[in-house]
Amino acid sequence: MIRKCLVSIFEFYRDGFRSMTWGRTLWVIILLKLFVMFFVLRAFFFTPYLEGKSDDEKQRFVGEELIERGVK
Amino acid sequence: MWESIDTSMIDWSRAQFALTAIYHWLFVPLTLGLAVVMALMETFYVITGNGFWKRTAKFWMKLFGINFAVGVATGLILEFQFGTNWSNYSWFVGDIFGAPLAIEGILAFFMEATFVAVMFFGWNKVGKRFHLASTWLTGLGATISAWWILVANSWMQYPVGMEFNPETMRNEMVDFMAVAFSPVAVMKFFHTVLSSWIVGAAFVTGVSAWFLIRKREKEFALASMKVAAGVGLFAALVTAGTGDQSAYQVAQVQPMKLAAMEGLYDGGTHQPFTVAGPVKVPEMLSFLATREFSGYVPGINDLLEGGFKQADGTLALSAEEKMANGKKAIEALADFRRAKESGDASAMQIARSSLEKNMPYFGYGYIGEPSELVPHVGTMFWAFRVMVGLGMYFILFFLLVLFFAWKHKLAQVGWLHVAALWSIPLAYIASHAGWIVAEVGRQPWTIQDMLPVGAAVSRLETGAVQTTFLIFLVMFTVLLVAEVGIMVKAVKKGPETAVAPEAESNG
Repeated sequence: MIRKCLVSIFEFYRDGFRSMTWGRTLWVIILLKLFVMFFVLRAFFFTPYLEGKSDDEKQRFVGEELIERGVK
Repeated sequence: MWESIDTSMIDWSRAQFALTAIYHWLFVPLTLGLAVVMALMETFYVITGNGFWKRTAKFWMKLFGINFAVGVATGLILEFQFGTNWSNYSWFVGDIFGAPLAIEGILAFFMEATFVAVMFFGWNKVGKRFHLASTWLTGLGATISAWWILVANSWMQYPVGMEFNPETMRNEMVDFMAVAFSPVAVMKFFHTVLSSWIVGAAFVTGVSAWFLIRKREKEFALASMKVAAGVGLFAALVTAGTGDQSAYQVAQVQPMKLAAMEGLYDGGTHQPFTVAGPVKVPEMLSFLATREFSGYVPGINDLLEGGFKQADGTLALSAEEKMANGKKAIEALADFRRAKESGDASAMQIARSSLEKNMPYFGYGYIGEPSELVPHVGTMFWAFRVMVGLGMYFILFFLLVLFFAWKHKLAQVGWLHVAALWSIPLAYIASHAGWIVAEVGRQPWTIQDMLPVGAAVSRLETGAVQTTFLIFLVMFTVLLVAEVGIMVKAVKKGPETAVAPEAESNG
């Protein structure tokens, strides 16, 4: 029953994608955009500033930053 | 007071966020607005069984699909920026910001992945009613996504339902319902979503008018204009009402924003509303801000100098007093952390008590000069007038479209077709002007009274932020050109000619 259901869903999407006309161009745009976002921008330009720190290190770092910027 | 941070880096980080948000908001309102118009058309199809409405709905769905495909996930870039450019902010807001965004992400993915697919692929695969439900649920999914994003934004404008934990340096949610249903969030949701319906309605009306100008698809264009104008008029009227309520809330929770919107330096009772230049409506600002014609409205100088009686009966503190309290809060935080390091429980308790007392002014401790608390008045004054002026214009515009439709003269009024076409960019300008009022007006705060931009920003190199700014500028411009290009091509092609159901494509 579950298998039949999953197959139906698969076929629904498969047939949908196969019968697309102008939608193919849009999918190219979506995939290209996601690639640029995640494999270029995220990987090379938008590394989280606190990445690599443990939660304890993060709270210590932010605490020092916020205290230092306030008392100067 | 952030001399240790390069102020041009702060400005570039702000500019980068603004650029991304502006581009993202080119796609979102059309998604929200077009979803309602096309769902109504499909509803007419299901009710009447008339294939004309199916063909009409499918055309607008095609344009919805183009906009959706180009715009989808552009908002994620804002989340990249939180982690990279605004790391202090990201840590400081903790799960208050994370929870709504996580709910939004999950809902958006599952609802949109499911129902958008059924909407586009399911015409000949599922029943009429199931397909119609999927179309409405696609719009509902996008609207629910908007709800959670706006909850997060509203919390920054009016932080409620949390407590600051000095041990973790994070704000912790103590009342989910207060965050999710804060009055500011509720009003912002209705104002933003309904104003997005205006964008969708103006888009449909304008594109339909183009067909009439080109003397093509007359029946389709007239029917689309009538549906869109009905949605647009309803949305414009509700937007005016929610706008009034939003302005009242701003007067209560962000009085500096209201004073900047009005360019009001010295307030008082019986304040007039400035339309533009010397044209004023007597006592109207007092009424809008306090619901009394004689109500007191503080100006920028009053807010900086303090000493006036507030709505709760207390005397307002001056900016200098708030800054001093903010300093005390930051010093208490430093004392708390030192006491924690040394394991001095009683000193921790004393510091925590001082911090809690002064926490409402925490952000003021980073302010160097009172003038830093004033947003750019010229931008605020004119952005507000553009938004309200265009809001009024759209009420009149949609009324005229419906009037001429009622008189059966809609196809003949050429000047209205031209006006409709030009109303498409006007709708976007109105929508963006609204966001400029909301976001420029809360400067210098990322979180109202708690964290100014100079404390929230990461210590990055200015050059690195400039580089990513330019990358985004290029990337989003390419996406926008792609969107407009594909959209124009699809519009020029027009709606499909009537074909047998089995020969229909899925787009």
